[in-house]
Amino acid sequence: MPSNEVMTERELITRREAVFRVTALLGGVALVGGSALLTACGEQRQANPEGPFTAEDIAFLDEVADTILPATSTPGAKAAQTGAFMAMMVNDGYDARDREIFRKGMRTIDDATQKAHNVSFMKATPQQRLAVLEVIDREQKSYSDARREEQRKKSLAWLSDQRQESAPGANAGAATAVTEKPSAHYFRMMKELALLGYFTSEIGYTQAQRYEESPGRYDPCVPYKPGEKSWAPHA
Amino acid sequence: MPKTEYDAIVVGSGISGGWAAKELTEKGLRVLLLERGRNVEHIKDYVNATKGPWEYPHRGGRTKSMEELYPVLKRDYPLNEKNLSFWASDKDSPYTEVKRFDWYRGYQVGGRSLTWGRQSYRWSAFDFEANLRDGIATDWPIRYADLAPWYDHVERHAGISGSHEKLPQLPDGQFQPAMPLNCGEELVAGRLGKLFDGRRHIIPGRVANLTRQLPDRLDCQYRNACWLGCPYGAYFSTQSSTLPAAVKTGRLTLRPLSIVSEVLYDRARKRATGVRVLDAVTEQTIDYHAPVIFLCASTLNSTWLLMRSATDVWPDGLGSSSGELGHNLMDHHFRAGAEGKLEGLDDKYYYGRRPNGFYVPRYRNLFGDKREYLRGFGYQGGAGRDGWSRAVAELGVGAQFKDAMSQPGGWDIGATAFAEMLPNHANQVSLDQTKKDKWGLPVLKIDCATGENERLMRRDMINDMAEMLDQCGVKNVEPFDYGSFPGMGIHEMGTARMGRDPKTSVLNAHNQVWDAPNVFVTDGSCMASSACQNPSLTYMAITARAADFAVNELKRNNL
Repeated sequence: MPSNEVMTERELITRREAVFRVTALLGGVALVGGSALLTACGEQRQANPEGPFTAEDIAFLDEVADTILPATSTPGAKAAQTGAFMAMMVNDGYDARDREIFRKGMRTIDDATQKAHNVSFMKATPQQRLAVLEVIDREQKSYSDARREEQRKKSLAWLSDQRQESAPGANAGAATAVTEKPSAHYFRMMKELALLGYFTSEIGYTQAQRYEESPGRYDPCVPYKPGEKSWAPHA
Repeated sequence: MPKTEYDAIVVGSGISGGWAAKELTEKGLRVLLLERGRNVEHIKDYVNATKGPWEYPHRGGRTKSMEELYPVLKRDYPLNEKNLSFWASDKDSPYTEVKRFDWYRGYQVGGRSLTWGRQSYRWSAFDFEANLRDGIATDWPIRYADLAPWYDHVERHAGISGSHEKLPQLPDGQFQPAMPLNCGEELVAGRLGKLFDGRRHIIPGRVANLTRQLPDRLDCQYRNACWLGCPYGAYFSTQSSTLPAAVKTGRLTLRPLSIVSEVLYDRARKRATGVRVLDAVTEQTIDYHAPVIFLCASTLNSTWLLMRSATDVWPDGLGSSSGELGHNLMDHHFRAGAEGKLEGLDDKYYYGRRPNGFYVPRYRNLFGDKREYLRGFGYQGGAGRDGWSRAVAELGVGAQFKDAMSQPGGWDIGATAFAEMLPNHANQVSLDQTKKDKWGLPVLKIDCATGENERLMRRDMINDMAEMLDQCGVKNVEPFDYGSFPGMGIHEMGTARMGRDPKTSVLNAHNQVWDAPNVFVTDGSCMASSACQNPSLTYMAITARAADFAVNELKRNNL
């Protein structure tokens, strides 16, 4: 089989989303699902050595998601059953490496809570959970930014080659067909799946955002006041 | 010729086949429309059209098992949970890639007219003269003037919304009112108009979505869910537009699940007599006869069918006597451009989900501009405010973060070029006798790549958009090139080109196969060059023109 995978970096994907906002071409979700949902050609699906997610695992993920996206004036992630969604996406969409990173990450969160507050994540108070995840989020953010910057450099180097008069005769393409990437941070995965699961749920569409099934018209320019919710997309 | 049950057989029910069926039946012919895939009934079979987006288990995304089932489809956006049933099975219909070629197929009644991007642009006088002027490949046997009345004809029935711009490189047509630019796009369009000697324009996309009702079709309701099938019939598809017109005549017979295995050819009369159908379910063969055959099975499928036909006369198939059948395969290359952030519009938003964006008509190698490559490109893009997905990359957890991400972010704007690919004899398809599809037919082997001209052009595609955005005051402008492989554009063209000489082309100026004048090929395979405009509107016009000619020739007993 020819080399067939444009391993689009997930950060690039969101930019592509912006560029292709114009059309219904891109089913919004696959974009955010990101590189974990695009694997190398020919990779075999492996049995999950950790077994399926248990009810306890899903309850745990519910609390992680609900700490990221708690109930405010609108319901939180737990009400939108985000934990079960995250578990399903990891099972159905992740490759073995990312599944393992995700599962280990769940234990890491628990260990970090024990260390900081002497209590398991499930038994911790919402404030304790938030404190733990804020620390992990900062760690995730700097890891992901460094990873993104590395990818960006590769991509820009390729582009500048491509943009110069004397560029080598490469095929049109493959700017982002980069070599093996370092894996994503476990909390990046969790955050991404929590956001995806929540904002694409019925609660996310109709309460966290504004949703009109059939708008009936297009107003190209209307006033916007701070605090007004997004109009939800639909592809 | 003995009396037959049908006056014409149309192979394929997508954009071209639907038009052939409509035009031929309306001109009095009894038509058998053959489609290899299942039937999809208008509205009734758009099973996901009114589903809430939250009702999909994976919210529209893809799973590992989907990727295993669709090794080709997974390479880009078509593999998704929402309209998977409108894409052909890679497993049932394999093909051989000498080099990577992404072939995204829609095997059902309506073909890819159900899922197409709907951008609809006329080709211009420059495009039909380009091969002659550049000394590339062979000259088109028709000019813009030959097609202009047929563009008028198909635009009126299909319903194309767009603005009148008086640009010679992108002729105006019979438009419904345009879908307007939003405030971000309007701002940049105004600035761009004052730069580059007024040669570069941002205009509303011309799109086959209604902004005014037509009989039995509502205008667009701005759901932006077109590719699920539209319950209002608001975008052009076979089902919404051409099929009902053909059915209304009472002269149409539609036969789904009918794979045409070959065109039947009478070497004594030098005419096709009909087609052999392989029933996709029973696998039985049935012959159908008619004096006129239209091949509208899609670019590669019509050529594939010709290659399997009349092999007792021509080993390489019907239409191969010139040595050009299967050659000069083209697509558009794209996914290169730039994007950035727009400031100063935080108090502005828009309402409704417009299934369209903006277009930048070609300006390179026109009006005295001269580059080191031939031909050019247009851009398709849009502006809008970021949604919740920006949250993935932002720092934050908790209540404040959640509420902030429930509100729109900043504005961004971006565009990708869609660029012309030169015809090249070396880009070709042939039969792979070592591999068979589910029905035992030898599969197509595709050997196609972009070349030096496309590579040189790609630099401008990236640099020009970055420069335009930058000069229009867009911040954080980032050029991009996501990579483009032939086929990805889903604008595959060529392999049975029209021409002036039977020694160098497969079809004549009326889309008749030189070696069998009652066989017309009017889908993308007939194209002698690719221009940079989306090609479907041109297939419609070419098909309507050829159908008119065919009926007249039939009446004159010339077929």
